[in-house]
Amino acid sequence: MAVLETHELTAFYGDFQALFGITFALDEGETVAIIGANGAGKSTFLKAVAGLLPRQAAAVRLAGRDIGTLPAYEIVKLGLSLVPEGRRLFSSLSVEENLLVGAYGRRGEGPWSLATVYRLFPILEERRHTPSTALSGGQQQMVAIGRSLMSNPRVLLCDELSLGLAPIVIRDIYAALADIKQHGTSVVLVEQDLVHAMSVADRAYCFMEGRVSLSGRPRELSRDAIHAAYFGL
Amino acid sequence: MSIDGSNSAGLSAAHSPGSRFTVTRATPASTITLLIAVPMILILAALPAFANRTLLQELFYVFTMLALAQLWNLLAGSAGLISVGQQAFVGTGAYALFAFTVVGGLDPILSIMLAGVTAGVVAIPAALIVFRLRGAYFAIGTWVVAEVCRLILAQVKQLGGGTGTSLPPDVASSMIGLDFVRNLFTVRGPAARDIISYWLALVLAVGTFVLVYRLLRSRYGLALSAIGDSEAAAESTGVDVFRTKLFIYVVTAIVTGMAGALIFLQKARISPDGAYSLIDWTAYVIFIVVIGGIGTMEGPIIGVAVFYLLQYYLAALGSWYLILLGGLAIMLMLFAPSGIWGVLSRRLDISLFPVRRRLVGPLKHSAGEQNGES
Amino acid sequence: MFGWIDTVIQGILLGGLYSLYATGLSVIFGIMRLVNLAHGDLIVLPAFLMLALVGVGVPIVLALAIVVPLMYAGGYVLQTVMLNRVLGRNILPPLLITFGLSIIVQNGLLEGFSADTRFLNVGPLQSASLPLGGGIAFGIMPLICLAAAVAVIVLLNAVFYRTAVGRAFRATSDDVQIAQLMGINDRSIYALTMGIALAVCAVAGFFLGARSNFDPSIGPARLLYAFEAVIIGGLGSLWGTLAGGIVVGLAQTIGAHLDPEWQILAGHVAFLIVLVIRPRGLFPRAVD
Ligand SMILES: Nc1ncnc2c1ncn2[C@@H]1O[C@H](COP(=O)(O)OP(=O)(O)O)[C@@H](O)[C@H]1O
Ligand SMILES: [Mg+2]
Repeated sequence: MAVLETHELTAFYGDFQALFGITFALDEGETVAIIGANGAGKSTFLKAVAGLLPRQAAAVRLAGRDIGTLPAYEIVKLGLSLVPEGRRLFSSLSVEENLLVGAYGRRGEGPWSLATVYRLFPILEERRHTPSTALSGGQQQMVAIGRSLMSNPRVLLCDELSLGLAPIVIRDIYAALADIKQHGTSVVLVEQDLVHAMSVADRAYCFMEGRVSLSGRPRELSRDAIHAAYFGL
Repeated sequence: MSIDGSNSAGLSAAHSPGSRFTVTRATPASTITLLIAVPMILILAALPAFANRTLLQELFYVFTMLALAQLWNLLAGSAGLISVGQQAFVGTGAYALFAFTVVGGLDPILSIMLAGVTAGVVAIPAALIVFRLRGAYFAIGTWVVAEVCRLILAQVKQLGGGTGTSLPPDVASSMIGLDFVRNLFTVRGPAARDIISYWLALVLAVGTFVLVYRLLRSRYGLALSAIGDSEAAAESTGVDVFRTKLFIYVVTAIVTGMAGALIFLQKARISPDGAYSLIDWTAYVIFIVVIGGIGTMEGPIIGVAVFYLLQYYLAALGSWYLILLGGLAIMLMLFAPSGIWGVLSRRLDISLFPVRRRLVGPLKHSAGEQNGES
Repeated sequence: MFGWIDTVIQGILLGGLYSLYATGLSVIFGIMRLVNLAHGDLIVLPAFLMLALVGVGVPIVLALAIVVPLMYAGGYVLQTVMLNRVLGRNILPPLLITFGLSIIVQNGLLEGFSADTRFLNVGPLQSASLPLGGGIAFGIMPLICLAAAVAVIVLLNAVFYRTAVGRAFRATSDDVQIAQLMGINDRSIYALTMGIALAVCAVAGFFLGARSNFDPSIGPARLLYAFEAVIIGGLGSLWGTLAGGIVVGLAQTIGAHLDPEWQILAGHVAFLIVLVIRPRGLFPRAVD
C-alpha cells in the first residue's frame, strides 16, 4: 500500500504556477527518486507535500490520511520529514541542539534518538557542541539528515543531498541512507545527479516544467527516454 | 537627473519576458481625469473671490495635509522607507521659516523656499545615519532624529526655547503680494494673508502631486519599483539602491520642510512640541495614506477627505477621537490593508493616476498585483 | 570628582531600568523581527494597572504578581488575534497596528486616569539609600531595579538556552520555515514571545512607577530609550541589551550633569554616535 500519494497536486508561488498536477505514489519501504532539470519543480513538490506551500485539499495522503490541509508542523508529527535543499541548519544552534530541535515534533516510539544518530554519524558526536555553521558541507548534511530522523519519520524526503559535496562525501551520505532504509523508512530522493539517484532508487519519476514527464523502474528506463524527459528534446 | 517618463515604459517592456504584452501606464480613465482636474484646480484658485475665510482656512489645512500625505506615501508606498519621523522636517522647515523671517528679516515667501532647502540639508546627515537601520528599525530611527531636532530647538533661546514664540505682526504684513490681494478682493490685511496662504497651499498640494507623479513615472519610479520587489535584485540590475533612496528621502524632506514652513507661517506661532508633533505631522498623515490606499496617487486624496470629515465631526471627542482613529487604523491593516482606493480600484479595475506599469494583454488580472504591496 | 563618580553610578543604575524597558523589545525583535511601537505605552499601562490595584487596597507586591501574568495573557492575545494575521514580508501592517495600539493605550489611559503625574508607593524602600561616604549613595530602589534587570535576563537565558521550548524559540528565530518542518508551530511561539515580552514590560512598569513619576504621555519616550538600548547592544544577546541600556543611562546622567536640559538629548546623541561608528551595535549577532 502507498504510504505517501499525491493526486493531481498543484502548487503556486503567488500567481506563478510551479506544479501542474503531479500524481505520485511511494510504497512502504520503497525508495523513489525524483529527477529533473533545474527549475523543474522538484523542490516545490517536496515543499508542497511537507506543507510549506499552499495546496489543494485532499491532494496529498500520508498512510491513507488526508494531509492536504494540514500545516507543516502537524504533518511532521504524522511521520513525514523533509531534509531541505541546501541543508538550512539553525545557525545559532550547536550540532546537538539542531538534532534535539528535530525531536520537537516527535510522536511515539521509533528507532532514532540522539544515540542512534550519533552511531550513524560518529563525527557528529565529536562535534556535538560545535556551532553548526563551523561544520564542513558534508557534516552539515549529516546534521540535516540526523535532525530529520530525530522525529522518527515513516517517510523521509531528501532534497539534493549531494549538492555541493565532494564525491567521497556523497558516498558516505548514501551509505548512511542505506542504513536508514533498513529501519523500514520510505525515502523520496530528489537528485540532479542521475547516476546516484538511479543506483539506489526502486523507482524514479522525472519532472519537467512542473509535470511528470516519465516514470518507471530505473532498469526499464532507457538513456534516451530519460534524456528526452529531462530536457524535453 | 531628468524627470522624464518617456523612456521608462520602453525599458520596462524590454524586461518583460515574451512580447505578447505591451506595457502602458495611461488608461482611458486617466485621460478623463486630466480633463476634470485642470478645471477643478482653476475653480479652486478662483475660490477666494466667493468663499468666506473659514472655508479657505479649512481648505488650507486639507491641502497641506494632502501634500504631506503624498510625500509620506512616496517614501513608504514607493521607496519602502517607512518613516514615523517626518515631523523632523515639518518642524525644521517651520523653525527655519521663523529664523529667516524673525532673525534674518527675509520675506516670508522667500523664507518658505529657504526652509525647504534647510530641511533638505538636515535630511542628508539624518539619512546617512538612519539608513543604517532596516525596515521597522528605520522607522524608529527617524523618530529619534525628530526628537533630537525637537530637543535642540528647545535650547535655542532666540526662537523661544522650550515654550516657543510668535511671529511678529510686521513679518506677516510684509509678505509679497499682500497689497495686491487686498486691493483685488477689497479685504483687510488678515483676510488677505489667509488668501495668499490658501493659494500657496494650493500650489503646494498640486505641485507636490505633480512632482510625486512625475518622479514615479521617471527612471526613479522604475528604480523604486525594482527596489520594492527586491533590493538585492535591483542592485544586481544596476540600480544604485542607496542613492535612489537618498534622493527620494531628501526630495521628500525639502517639500515636507516647505509644507511645515507654510503651515507655521499661517499659524504664526511655534513651539518645539507643536512643530515636532508626532501626532499632527506623522500619525494623521499615515492615517490619511493608509485609509485612502498606500502606494497609489489616488489614496491620499480619498484619505484626506475621509480624515477631514472625521476630524470635523469627531475631533471634539478629544482622546476618544484619537482612540477611534487608532482603532480604525488597526482594523484597516487587518481587513483592508490596501485602503479604500485599493479595494475600489481592484473591484472596478480603474486607475486615475497610473504610476504602476500595467501589463495589457492576455493576462487579465495581474495588473495590480504585479508590483503589489504585499 | 565625587560628583562624577556619583553621576556614573546613577547612570549605571538608570541603565538597569532602561535594560528592563529594552529586554522585551529585544526578545520580540530577535524572535519574530517585529517592532512594537506600542512597547513604551505597554510599560506605562501596567504601571497604571498596579496603581489602580493599589488604589483599591491591594498590596503593591501582590499587584505586581497580578499584573505580570495579566500582561502575559494580554501579549498572547494581542499576538494571536492581531499580529499573527499580518506576519510576512511587508512590515507596514504590524508597524501600523502597534502604532494604532500605542495611540489607543495612551489616550485610553488619559481618559481613565487623567493627565496627572503619578507614582507607585512601594513603602519605605522607595527613598532608602545606601550611603557610601563622600556624599555618594546608592538608592535602594534603583539598585533593586538593576538586580531585577539582571535577574530577568538570567531567567530568560535559562529558558532560551536550557529548555526544549527555548530551543524552539531560537530555531524559529533562525529559520521559521525549517522550524515548522521540525514540528514547531511558529504562531504559538510568537504568541508566547509577545506574552513574555509584555510580562517583562509589567516588571519594567513596576520599576518605572517605583523609581519616578509617570503619566499617560511618557510611553513613546520609553520606547525610544528601549530601542536605543537594543540597537546599541547589538541584538547578539540580552547581555548586550543590558550594556546598551547602561550606555543610554550613562549618557543621560552625564548629559544632565553638564546641563539638566541636556539629559534626554545626550542619550539620543550617544545612540546616533554608536550608530555611526558601530552600525551593528556593541555586541552584534555572530551570524545574521
Ligand atoms: N520562492 C519562490 N518564489 C517564486 N518562484 C519560485 C520559488 N521557488 C521556486 N520557484 C520557481 O518554481 C519553479 C520550480 O522551482 P524548484 O521547485 O525549486 O525547482 P527544482 O527544485 O526542480 O530545481 C522554478 O521556475 C522556480 O523559479
Ligand atoms: Mg531544487
